[in-house]
Amino acid sequence: MIVPGLVAVIMSILAAMLTALTIAREWERGTMEQLAATPVHRLEVVIGKLIPYIGIGLFDVVVTTVVGLVVFQVPFRGNVVLLGVLTLLFLIGALGLGIFISAALKSQLLATQVALMATFLPALLLSGFMFSIASMPKALQLVTYFVPARYYVTVTKGIFLKGVGASVLWVDGVAMVIFAFVGLSLAILAFKKEIA
Amino acid sequence: MSGASLLRVREMVKKELRQLLRDPRTRAVIFVAPIIQLLLFGYAMNTDIRNTATFIVDHDQTSASRRLIDAFRATGYFDIVGRSDRPRDLVRALDKGDAMIGLEIPRGYSQSLTSGTGASVQIVIDGTESNSATVAQGYAQRIVQGLAIEYAAAAGRLPDGGIDLRTRAWYNPNLESRVYNVPAVVGVLILLMCLLLTALAVVREREFGTLDQLMVSPLTPSELMLSKTLPVALIALIDLVLISVIAVVWFDIPIRGSPPALLLAALLYILAGLSIGLLISTVSKTQQEAFMSMFLFLQPAIILSGFFYPISSMPRVFQWITILNPVRHFLEIVRAIFLKGEGIAALWPQYVALALIAAVVMRLAVVRFPRTMGM
Repeated sequence: MIVPGLVAVIMSILAAMLTALTIAREWERGTMEQLAATPVHRLEVVIGKLIPYIGIGLFDVVVTTVVGLVVFQVPFRGNVVLLGVLTLLFLIGALGLGIFISAALKSQLLATQVALMATFLPALLLSGFMFSIASMPKALQLVTYFVPARYYVTVTKGIFLKGVGASVLWVDGVAMVIFAFVGLSLAILAFKKEIA
Repeated sequence: MSGASLLRVREMVKKELRQLLRDPRTRAVIFVAPIIQLLLFGYAMNTDIRNTATFIVDHDQTSASRRLIDAFRATGYFDIVGRSDRPRDLVRALDKGDAMIGLEIPRGYSQSLTSGTGASVQIVIDGTESNSATVAQGYAQRIVQGLAIEYAAAAGRLPDGGIDLRTRAWYNPNLESRVYNVPAVVGVLILLMCLLLTALAVVREREFGTLDQLMVSPLTPSELMLSKTLPVALIALIDLVLISVIAVVWFDIPIRGSPPALLLAALLYILAGLSIGLLISTVSKTQQEAFMSMFLFLQPAIILSGFFYPISSMPRVFQWITILNPVRHFLEIVRAIFLKGEGIAALWPQYVALALIAAVVMRLAVVRFPRTMGM
């Protein structure tokens, strides 16, 4: 029964990886000045960077889900629409986080390292995917609230395996809205500072 | 190696080290991040269960049923988060994830106990967390059985001459998962560092256009590769010592075997990691591509290493694949040296495997390298 959790872990890593290099790349290649010289608004740049990756991310979720269902015979007991909406929220936050890392560090080498450390291992180890959060020390349990994958793992497990709906998952939904908002704001803020 | 060649490599290594370490942010990523990660994950990686959220449905409400509930609570493994007399509430608690395990005591539990017909209770477990569920189930079973024997003894119905099972866990008597997992985290963090620092090394020079400069310098391809790997090997070794010391001092992980054997394994493992990183760097055209390829290697390498899931329970084909995985061999060595106190004599197949992987991948990278440079 690890497949639904694995879908969540793969997505959280993929999302940050896709965008982590995108702005650092522009800086290293010197195309950032060109971008800044165009009349494109910062918000528009961030959204423009975001949308293609949301498409890719959603596609990947569908692929991993279908493989899970067909190859590993994982049951799907919940609501597809709910999974779609929550996945979209999660992707916005995770991709935003990647853009933030990229814009703040301006170096692909550094962005790679930070993105891996900030997403890969926490998503694997602190999301409740591998190890039960309830058995962790209290201080570490607090840390897990800042790991977005935690909420998404709960969502995928809940929808795939338990078939629970919005009445149960709304708490995680709210957490993911906050995460999406914070991720996106950070991305725009980090970006704004650089161009100005 | 001639004197001039040695000099060139030395200067290049100096340059690489300076380039890597001049940025305080990079220094933090290299030396501070692994420590923080070890501390975080050392605590997280715990398959022992404690304070499992337990929901009680007690239809019986007698001193006997309360005794059973107390037995659960007294172990410390179970934390009672709610009680009700309606099974519906138990379903809801499991659905919401408020509870992971439910104990339902039927009406007439106490009566069946005293009448000698035997009583039954039901335990419902949230199987979506299959790791913890299995462990919790084991504990619950033991508690119920323990209590059953007590009752039987009190009633004088204990069978004579039965089989008495006594289990002992060797090497890790309390079956603490931390002792088993922390050495493995050390291995994964080191691999991550090796890959991070080498995978982008060559491709970075190309993206910056400095590869052309290196090409017109008198450095030969193998000298260049050597000077790209030596500094990273040095950093990885420092990191390894740093976090191993923390593992031993902070988490009380015993080192029962010999440190030199550990160091030799670490050297081979670092060499394998560097070779893989270098190979990725030579086949990738952009840093982004290198990053993705590195990840494509990293995730299967961790999942197929026996870190979380025992290799012996994987499908046969995957078991064969794990033979090519340096992480698997290193983890086997590290766990055996740390916990069992074994030496090279028992672990030589793993050492040979690591050395072979390192040699073959390094060879591949060396062959690819001149082509990458356009020579």
